[in-house]
Amino acid sequence: MAHGPSQNFFSRWLFSTNHKDIGTLYLWFSFAMFLLGGAFAMIIRAELFQPGMQLIQPEFFNQMTTMHGLVMVFGAIMPAFVGLANWMIPMMIGAPDMALPRMNNLSFWILPFAFAILVATLFMEGGGPNFGWTFYAPLSTTYAPDTVNYFIFGVHIMGASSIMGSINIIATVMNMRAPGMTYMKMPLFVWTWVITAFLLVAVMPVLAGAVTMMLMDINFGTSFFDAAGGGDPVLFQHVFWFFGHPEVYIIILPAFGVVSQIIPTFSRKPLFGYSSMVYATASIAFLSFIVWAHHMFTVGMPIAGELYFMYATMLIAVPTGVKVFNWVTTMYKGALTFETPMLFSIAFVILFTFGGFTGMMLSIAAADTQYHDTYFVVAHFHYVMVAGAVFSGTAAVYYWLPKWCGKMYDETMGKLQFWIAFIAFNITFMPQHFLGLAGMPRRYSDYGLQFADWNMVSSIGAFMYGGAQLLFLFNVIRTIGWGKPIDDPKVWEGAEGLEWTLPTPAPFHTFSTPPIVK
Amino acid sequence: MLKRAKALFLGLMTSVISLPLSGTLGAEEATWNLNMPRGVTEVSQAAYDIHMIMMWICTVIGVLVFGFMFYVMFAHRKSRGVKAANFHENLTVEILWTIVPALILIVMAVPATTALLKVYDTENPDIDIKVTGYQWKWQYEYIGEDIKFMSELRTSQDEQYGREPKGEHYLREVTQPLVIPTNKKVRFLITGNDVIHSWWVPDFAVKRDAIPGLFTAAWAKTDQPGTYVGACTELCGKDHSRMPVVVEVKEEADYEAWLAGKKEEAVLYKSTIGKQWTNQELMAKGEAVYSVSCAGCHQSEGQGIAGIFPSLIGSSIVTGPVEGHIGILINGVAGSAMQSFADQLSEVDLAAVIHYKRNSWGNDMDDIVQPLDILNYKQSQ
Ligand code: HEC
Ligand code: HEM
Ligand SMILES: [Cu+2]
Ligand SMILES: [Cu+2]
Repeated sequence: MAHGPSQNFFSRWLFSTNHKDIGTLYLWFSFAMFLLGGAFAMIIRAELFQPGMQLIQPEFFNQMTTMHGLVMVFGAIMPAFVGLANWMIPMMIGAPDMALPRMNNLSFWILPFAFAILVATLFMEGGGPNFGWTFYAPLSTTYAPDTVNYFIFGVHIMGASSIMGSINIIATVMNMRAPGMTYMKMPLFVWTWVITAFLLVAVMPVLAGAVTMMLMDINFGTSFFDAAGGGDPVLFQHVFWFFGHPEVYIIILPAFGVVSQIIPTFSRKPLFGYSSMVYATASIAFLSFIVWAHHMFTVGMPIAGELYFMYATMLIAVPTGVKVFNWVTTMYKGALTFETPMLFSIAFVILFTFGGFTGMMLSIAAADTQYHDTYFVVAHFHYVMVAGAVFSGTAAVYYWLPKWCGKMYDETMGKLQFWIAFIAFNITFMPQHFLGLAGMPRRYSDYGLQFADWNMVSSIGAFMYGGAQLLFLFNVIRTIGWGKPIDDPKVWEGAEGLEWTLPTPAPFHTFSTPPIVK
Repeated sequence: MLKRAKALFLGLMTSVISLPLSGTLGAEEATWNLNMPRGVTEVSQAAYDIHMIMMWICTVIGVLVFGFMFYVMFAHRKSRGVKAANFHENLTVEILWTIVPALILIVMAVPATTALLKVYDTENPDIDIKVTGYQWKWQYEYIGEDIKFMSELRTSQDEQYGREPKGEHYLREVTQPLVIPTNKKVRFLITGNDVIHSWWVPDFAVKRDAIPGLFTAAWAKTDQPGTYVGACTELCGKDHSRMPVVVEVKEEADYEAWLAGKKEEAVLYKSTIGKQWTNQELMAKGEAVYSVSCAGCHQSEGQGIAGIFPSLIGSSIVTGPVEGHIGILINGVAGSAMQSFADQLSEVDLAAVIHYKRNSWGNDMDDIVQPLDILNYKQSQ
């Protein structure tokens, strides 16, 4: 019955319906996008190394900030977690594969086209999108380069891919759990992903609506966002952030899931509050729908609206706090070891919490008047997205890679990468808090002399951080090619869960007969 | 380079040490600034105070949580021979760590609300000023005073592209700052002309988006004269970082004198419209106007940027009949970055820049455009 992967390279990867192969495709694609988005960031930081325009022109600078944001959010972070979901969810719930394998293939294979279209605009007349990843109208409509139509098309394809991926995850988890695997026994990674999938299904259509309205305004003479025709530019922001705020939780919830798997393993102790973690995740997801206008404290809302969005935003700190306390208490009285995945997870907890603190500060509308659209916000969301999502993604790869390929990565190199990344990350982004507080706005291609010093520090950190990623790439390739073979199904002494009952490396088909969960 | 690195390191050390001591550092260390300015208005001080309260609350929570975490990482490591305990779930603890943060939040909501009420207290101003964001400059209009002017970046392209050393006020200097008096409640009515901009003066804690078709309001009242520099904080296109906000706060008497001077200027100007200008006069003035108002898009030699901003060299409009050329400057091109300059430039400036373009970079029309032509065009519309 069980047959192996196709021997033909093209039919194996192009036509694959195997969750492991598709997971692998997602992961490599997202890493490629991570390097591309990183290259854009290096260009930005090189230009900002000193005041004055040295390397690029302001128009191109704006294209770089926009493409960096879009590629990182939609190309690197989101597909990375979909890749992890593909690999791990069936193995964690005892299913043979994803529920909708052909759709799985489609949802991956349209992604490279979306990004090819997006990146190609950089080489077209008028240049690529230059209106920020938040693409506020009318800068992105009336005043946009003509290539904006390609951007809209690209966003539609990404949205379709995400929706298909989410439906697949929801269908898998609802229908394919092994006997005895009740909802409240599912590993937290699965839980956070189901909740994320529901968020995605709810808000991706809103994003599609926003770009469709743009398309109409640009090409068909409507005036959704054009004040001259009776439209309202602020409407755009409401629609965008109704998608955008849940989006930031779409990015972070699976990361919470990963960390909630890793910390118990290396503490050799079960997660402290499993059910409170599940409830906290659900409450965060719910709250994420009702706080969107905290990104719009300066658009001149009526004070009642502003107060409401401020209070609602402050509330998110409660379930977020519950999560952090749970991770720390899980470590308490454990028997801790500090392998690379654990190091990244601990750094996640510390730095994510730090980003949560600045989030709390941002939620205070009167103070946000000062912070908004400055480097303070840039620092905030890099603490939650880079030290949050990217660190946990890295942790996940180190944690599961031995299971995937049956070979051990080089621990010394992993730790080295961790320490460079950790230190460089803080050198890059900690000073950005100071820059923002001192008055440097974001998306600036040039700045006054009073910001020169911290910008230079930040750029140096950024180059170091970029270097650490090459080390990661090298370590992963080295492991797959020449790593020390292992065959212990558990890999990690403290690991618990169905995926660790499978042989190492995980065979091409697993759980063809479902396990029984007690 | 090495010297700079050393200064960098020293600066880092001093600023880290002085962080808890003061929010506003001396001029010497200004480049190592770490904190928000306290500012000079009631609103900015309220914003600063709530910012500091939040920062200290977060610091205390952080010290507790991270302190506990570091203790655990030190004490409960396997290498010290500990055995993992196996406890989990404890309802009391879990309820406590939900309720306590919620209580802290409720306490924080009080000062947060009072501060916000201050921001919104825009009623009963003494002076109203309309602020309009343009790509990439600000226009200030004193409502009821018949005074209106543009405020544009003064830093030269040469400084920006490193062909000249950068001045002390690099990117923080404008052709004409906004001037307001001390001890008067000034209300800013902020709007946008093309895309969304955002008008920010940190020392007033005034930041409001300048949105086309909409007005947002903010206010400031201070007793401290001085020059306060701010910025545009909403991405508005390529020169987003090149449209600083500069506000000069003057003692009331000085402000009145400035106002009178401005009005006199307007009268004087009216008398020059009727005059016949010579080619040289127009060319000199035109070049100055062009480099401030047009070169940002059409580039210093009129060559434009392919696909975005058309070249003006040999353009059929520039070298066509004068009316068409005047028309495009008065009306702009709807739905493009080419805005109407009717409100931004005076008749003299318009005539000069049009004449200049028609006779530069190889364009060679041997007619002359006079301010009166512009006036006539405007009136005939
Ligand atoms: C914000 C950028 C911007 C600024 C500033 C600007 N322009 Fe333009 N200009 C444009 C764009 C874009 C067009 C093309 C409009 C179209 O036809 O879609 C244009 C078109 C023109 C044309 C018509 C050229 C042709 O052949 O179609 C003239 C003439 C012109 N501008 C003159 C000026 C002058 C004079 C100034 C300064 C007072 C100026 N522009 C400032 C963006 C700008
Ligand atoms: C305690 C939880 C959090 C709170 C209270 C919070 C609060 C805020 C607020 C108020 C802003 C708007 C700031 C401004 O523009 O003036 C903001 C911006 C942002 N946050 Fe958070 N945040 C939290 C967690 C997160 C997480 C988990 C993520 C993503 C993983 C995230 C990503 C972002 C991003 C991307 C922006 C900037 C959006 C932009 O303008 O481009 N935040 N946050
Ligand atoms: Cu948000
Ligand atoms: Cu701007």
